[in-house]
Amino acid sequence: MDINTKYTPKTWPDHAEQVTLEGKNKFVGIWIFICSDIVLFASVFATYLALKDSGPSGMDITAKELFGLELAFVMTMLLLTSSLTSVYAMYHMKNFNSKGVLIWMGITVLLGLGFLGLEIYEFYEYTVHEGFGFTHSAFSSAFYLLVGTHGLHVIIGLIWITGLIIRNAKRGLNLYNAPKFFAASIYWHFIDVVWVFIFTVVYLMGVLG
Amino acid sequence: MSSVAIGNKKGFGATLWDYLTTVDHKKLGNMYFFAGLLFFAIAGFEALLMRIQLMVPNNDFVSAGLFNELLTMHGTTMLFLAATPLLFGFMNWIVPLQIGARDVAFPFLNSLGFWLFFLGAVFLHLSFFMGGAPDAGWTSYASLSLYSPGHGIDFYVLGLQISGAGTLISGINFVVTIITMRAPGMTFMRMPLFTWTTLIVGALITFAFPPLTVALFFMLVDRMFGANFFDHTMGGNTIIYEHLFWIFGHPEVYILILPAFGLFSEIIPVFARKRLFGYSSMVFATILIGFLGFMVWAHHMFATGLGPTANAIFAVATMAIAVPTGMKVFNWILTIWGGSIKVTVPMIYALGFIPSFVAGGVTGVMQAVAPLDYQLHDSYFIVAHFHYVIVGGVVLGIFGATHFYWPIMTNRVLNEKLGFLTFWTFFIGFHLTFFIQHFLGLMGMPRRVFTYQGDQGWDLFNFISSIGALLMGLGVIFLVVNMLLSIKSKPLNTSDYWGDGRSLEWALKTPVPFYNFKQTPLIRGYDPYWIEKHEGNKEGMTYAEPVGDIHMPNGSILPLIMSIGMFIAAFGSLYHPDGVSWSVPVIILGIGITVACMIIRSFKDDLGFTVTKEEIIATEESLYGKGGNK
Repeated sequence: MDINTKYTPKTWPDHAEQVTLEGKNKFVGIWIFICSDIVLFASVFATYLALKDSGPSGMDITAKELFGLELAFVMTMLLLTSSLTSVYAMYHMKNFNSKGVLIWMGITVLLGLGFLGLEIYEFYEYTVHEGFGFTHSAFSSAFYLLVGTHGLHVIIGLIWITGLIIRNAKRGLNLYNAPKFFAASIYWHFIDVVWVFIFTVVYLMGVLG
Repeated sequence: MSSVAIGNKKGFGATLWDYLTTVDHKKLGNMYFFAGLLFFAIAGFEALLMRIQLMVPNNDFVSAGLFNELLTMHGTTMLFLAATPLLFGFMNWIVPLQIGARDVAFPFLNSLGFWLFFLGAVFLHLSFFMGGAPDAGWTSYASLSLYSPGHGIDFYVLGLQISGAGTLISGINFVVTIITMRAPGMTFMRMPLFTWTTLIVGALITFAFPPLTVALFFMLVDRMFGANFFDHTMGGNTIIYEHLFWIFGHPEVYILILPAFGLFSEIIPVFARKRLFGYSSMVFATILIGFLGFMVWAHHMFATGLGPTANAIFAVATMAIAVPTGMKVFNWILTIWGGSIKVTVPMIYALGFIPSFVAGGVTGVMQAVAPLDYQLHDSYFIVAHFHYVIVGGVVLGIFGATHFYWPIMTNRVLNEKLGFLTFWTFFIGFHLTFFIQHFLGLMGMPRRVFTYQGDQGWDLFNFISSIGALLMGLGVIFLVVNMLLSIKSKPLNTSDYWGDGRSLEWALKTPVPFYNFKQTPLIRGYDPYWIEKHEGNKEGMTYAEPVGDIHMPNGSILPLIMSIGMFIAAFGSLYHPDGVSWSVPVIILGIGITVACMIIRSFKDDLGFTVTKEEIIATEESLYGKGGNK
């Protein structure tokens, strides 16, 4: 693999992320990693469902009272849109438009940051104003660990994509960094899908009781 | 790279630096092997101390508390830190050679996986010197361990968390390697059985380790950061831990036994000098065992009280595993049947393995019967059962494969006479130790007790069992002596040491150069080297490419530093519940080191290096004389 090979939109291969062996490895590797991450989230989801609304005797906070859909809806919209923008970035990667990749990846990061900010605000509200801290009950521990694990994945994704943007801001696309952008984009979609489940299991099912 | 100059003597410092930074799968295999052997010796020593304590009734050789620490560390170390790395050593060494690859898919991650495993293991063992080892059994059930005083359980949780991350990384790495890096012509159904079992084991690790990570993380935040997952007064539920642990724990035993199956499937055809009987049914059985391995975890929890429906479902699923396992056993027997058998040291291990493992499997099916399990639960019968499958399966597999692959790994051979002596000492000791424990269990002796009253009919059996354990210890000493003697012996500089090698790794001349095959071989069928030999190919293999430049990955010190970062963070976390002021800064410092390494890794392009055709020819000539690897 020669990093110095210059490409034009005409010579740029169709599946630039899988042309080299390293690229193919990254492509398969990120999928296998996501398989294992799915099991990780499945375990945390199962625990959350088992411990939902459960706490010391006389606990008066339940999911039905605590959760609202407004904030969760805005967060969902932000994250779903960020998934769409990362698709735009991949679209531009296929067309060998490195500026498009950087801009849309940048917008993805901004949307992700918005999501993260709202999540921190939500945690703050629950902890400080509702008295629903991490150590409050088994329910609170399970809630913060489930949503927090997702939040941690978002933070890692943001650092990852920001790093890619900074590192590759000046040098354009090549067969070395195309697989990296692609893997980050798959990972970002995965985070998005997990959030859809959190929205359903925690917020929707919580509000419905 | 330094490894080009294999023939030249290097100073100690240079060699050390080479091993600290290496990403070569063969050197990492050596390191896994060495680390695994070290922890195997430690855990074996712990077992001996326990058997000495139990030799006579009312013994006070070790205290009750120390006994609990010994049994916990023996189980934890043997499963996570001895058997797993020893098998990883073989996977690292052999799988890339068997599929004709230059290295694994992610050499950097391979090194990271090793260092995380190793530093996690060291962290766990520091507990002996820092206020007491974990003492809640290798399962460390939350109901027992949540309020265990001292830092023992914290060491267990953090040490396994780190080393488990390393294992997960290595597992994913093997899966990707086998999917993407097979030599031209090597279709899935031409892969050797050891590669197949490694692929399935990689998948098992991928799916089984995350639940362990989650269970340990719950325990970590419960004990150190005030969470309430397992505290029933706060609404928690300790059964969640048992479920998560066994969703990991049951596949874990297949993670250990499947590679051993793979190793025996390599050894038996070579010494029966017959093609492996029922290759495709072997592959199918491996996949089926891997799948069913996830469907049976609650058979460890029959006595928990999940109700008759759950118990019945899991009982039936458990019995179903006997079917693919039985297929494998019959295939091995039918491979040997009618073969032109050479009884060498690896072969005698294989011959000893079949009846021993079947005995362990049969008692396993007995325990699958839930009502009987109520009777056997927590008795020495269980101890006997799992030692029959783990020692009779995994350890015999590792020892047999050590003799089998020693010529490839070290370019030396292990002494055959000493090898037979090792086998018989170990094998007799093994059956002496554990066969009698079945009866101890049926007579009512509970497991995990540090002593017992005399005159219950247990005295003689316990004494015999302890004598057997000492014999096993002697066998391991013979093996280590054999290894040390072989290092001093003359290099072989040969290929196909056993004369009847079938798969690709035997086509290589030893010592194996750092780039493995000079030219990527072309695979023309199952048992590719056997095919070439029978067609009288003097070259060894048919090649898919002319001699040309080879692209190899760069070494890096970053994996070690990243692992040290996690090691430091674990110390901060460990002392957090003590209320010391430095705990959170140390956690941040440790994770900061790790993240900084990741950023450096991400920002510094790592394109590897190219070995030119001339360098390859020069290396081959320095290794094998004029003409190179032919």
